[in-house]
Amino acid sequence: MSLWLQIFQFTLSGLTTGSTYALVAIGFSLIHNATGIVNFAQGEFVMLGGMFMITFYTFLRLPMVLAFVLTICCVAAVGFLLERGPVNRARSKEILILVMVTVGASISIKGLSMMIWGKNPMTLPSFSGENPLLFLGAAIMPQSIWIFGITIFAVIALSYFFRGTMAGKAMRAVAASRRTALLSGIPVDRMILLSFSLSGALGAVAGIILTPMTTTSYDVGVMMGLKGFSAAILGGYGSMAGAVIGGLLLGVLESLGAGLVSSEYKDALAFLILLIVLFFKPTGILGKGSFKRV
Amino acid sequence: MGKQNKIYLILFALAVFSLPFFLRNNYHLMVLNISALNILVVIGLNLLMGFAGQISLGHAAFFGLGAYLSGILTTTYGFPIWPTVLLAMAFTAGVAFAIGIPTLRLEGHYLVMATLGFNVIVYIVMLQLEPVTGGPSGFAGIPRLAWSGFAFDSDRKVYYLLWAVSIGALLLSLNLIHSRVGRAMAALRQNEIAARCAGIDTEAYKVKIFVLSAVMASLAGSLYAHYITFISPGTFSFFYSLQVVTMVLVGGMGSLWGSVFGAFLLTLLPEALHAVKEYNVLVYGLILMGVLVFFPHGLLTGIAGIMRKREKDLPGGEERSRA
Repeated sequence: MSLWLQIFQFTLSGLTTGSTYALVAIGFSLIHNATGIVNFAQGEFVMLGGMFMITFYTFLRLPMVLAFVLTICCVAAVGFLLERGPVNRARSKEILILVMVTVGASISIKGLSMMIWGKNPMTLPSFSGENPLLFLGAAIMPQSIWIFGITIFAVIALSYFFRGTMAGKAMRAVAASRRTALLSGIPVDRMILLSFSLSGALGAVAGIILTPMTTTSYDVGVMMGLKGFSAAILGGYGSMAGAVIGGLLLGVLESLGAGLVSSEYKDALAFLILLIVLFFKPTGILGKGSFKRV
Repeated sequence: MGKQNKIYLILFALAVFSLPFFLRNNYHLMVLNISALNILVVIGLNLLMGFAGQISLGHAAFFGLGAYLSGILTTTYGFPIWPTVLLAMAFTAGVAFAIGIPTLRLEGHYLVMATLGFNVIVYIVMLQLEPVTGGPSGFAGIPRLAWSGFAFDSDRKVYYLLWAVSIGALLLSLNLIHSRVGRAMAALRQNEIAARCAGIDTEAYKVKIFVLSAVMASLAGSLYAHYITFISPGTFSFFYSLQVVTMVLVGGMGSLWGSVFGAFLLTLLPEALHAVKEYNVLVYGLILMGVLVFFPHGLLTGIAGIMRKREKDLPGGEERSRA
C-alpha cells in the first residue's frame, strides 16, 4: 500500500472515531453553556449508551430501531436524574463543587454499571454487515458510514433545534446570559435540565454507534469523556461548530499518529495536542478571546 | 501561626508519635504510612485549591514523577538517594512551572485540563517506555531510605520518618498561610480583581503555589518509592489525582487541618470497604457525591455546623454558643 493510500485510510478511520468525539464534545458544550460546569459524567453517558443498547438489542431481542430509541431515552433519563438529583440539590452552587459532584456521579455510575453488566468487554453486531466497501482504494466498514450518517444527522437536527425552535433559542439565551434570560421570562431551571437530558441523549447516540467498532465495558467512559473534552477545547469550548471540528481533527490526528508513528502512544498524542493548543491558542480553533468587565 | 494552632500541632504530633506503641500489626502501620504520604500531597493540593482557587487533576503525575525519577535514578544509575529526591523535586518544579506559566495566566479553569492531559501523558509513558520504567509490570528493587548508616527498613521505622515529614509540611504550610504570602493568597481567592488592585501580583502567586504543591507531591512520591521499593503505573493514574482532590474537598478547601482529616479518612475508607469488595467503587462514588452535595465546605465544617445548630435549638443554647 502506498503511503498516500495509507494516510487516506487512516484519515477515514480517524474521521469515524472523530465523529463520536464530536458528539461527546457537543454534550460538554451544551452543559457548559447552560451552567458553566464541566460535566465529568459525559463519558459515562457514552458507556451507558453501549450498555443499554446491548441489553435491549442483544439480550431482550427488541427490534434495532426500538432498542435505539429506548436506549436514548434511558440515558437521557440518567442525565435528567443527574441534574434533578445531585447537581440541583447541591448546597453550594460554586462551579468547582458542582464539577466535583459530576466526578462523584461518574464514579458511581461506573461502579453501578460494573455490578449490573460485569467486567467483561461486550460488543454489538454492526448495523449492516461486516464486509468493507472500497472507496477510492481505501476500505471502509459499513459501520463507519452509519457513524458518519448518524453524526451528521444529529448535528443538523441540533442546529435546527437551536435556530428554529423556541426551546433551542431559549437555551441559547441562557448560554448568552443567564440573568438576562431569567429576566425575560425563560425558565432557566428547565433549560438546564434540558441541557443535561440532551447531553445524555447525545452521549447515548455516540455509545450506540461506536460500540460495534470498538466493544465496550464498564470503564470506557473515562477515556471517552477525556477525549470528548479535549475535542471541545481543541475546537473552542462552548461552540458547537468548534466541537465538531475539534472532534474530527482530534480523531484524524490520533489515527494518523497511531498509524504512522506509534500506536502505543495514541492516547498520549491526543493529550499532547490538547496541551499544545492550551499553550498557544487556549481559546481553541474557533474560540475568541473574551474580556472580563470589572 | 496562631497560638491555638501551635497547641493543636503539638498535641497532634504527640498523638501521632505515640500511636505506634499501641499498634502491633504491621499492616496497620503501613496504612498509616500511606496516609502520611497522602496528607503531604493533599496539604500541597489544598494550598492550590483553597488559596489559589485552582484545581489540579494531575497531582498523580507529580507524585509519579517523584517516584519514578528517584526510583530509576537510584536503582538503574546508582545515584545516592537523598540528593536524587531533591533532584526529582527540582525537576518536578520545572515541569510544573512550564505547565503553570501559560495556563494560570488565563481566566477559567484551564489548569484543570492541562494537568489532566499531563497526567494521562505521564501515565502512558510509564506504561509504554518499558526498557526504562519496567512498563505495566512495574519497577522493583528500589533501595530503602537510610541516614548515615541507619536504615529505615521496617514499617515502624519509616512511620516516624514519614509522619515527621508530613507534620513538618503541615507546620510550614500553617506558617505560610498566616504570613504575608498567605494573606495575599486569601485575597486572591476572595476576589482576584480586588487583589490585583491592591497590588498583589496574583499571577506570580498562583504559579508559585502551583509549583510548591507539585514539589510536595514529588517529595511524597520519592518517599513512597523508597518505602514500598516497588512502583507500577497503576498507582499514578488519573484516579489517584481524583482521590487527592476528593480528600481536599472532604476535608474542606482552605482548611489545612481538614486536609489532614480528609486524607486520613479517605485512606482508611477503602480498607474498611474491603468488606464490600464488589461495591467499593460505587460506595466511594456515592460518598464523594454525598459529601459534596450536603457538606460543600468539608465534613468537619459541616458536622460542626450541625452541632452548633443543635445547640442553638436547645433552650438557652443561644447564649452558650455566643459565649
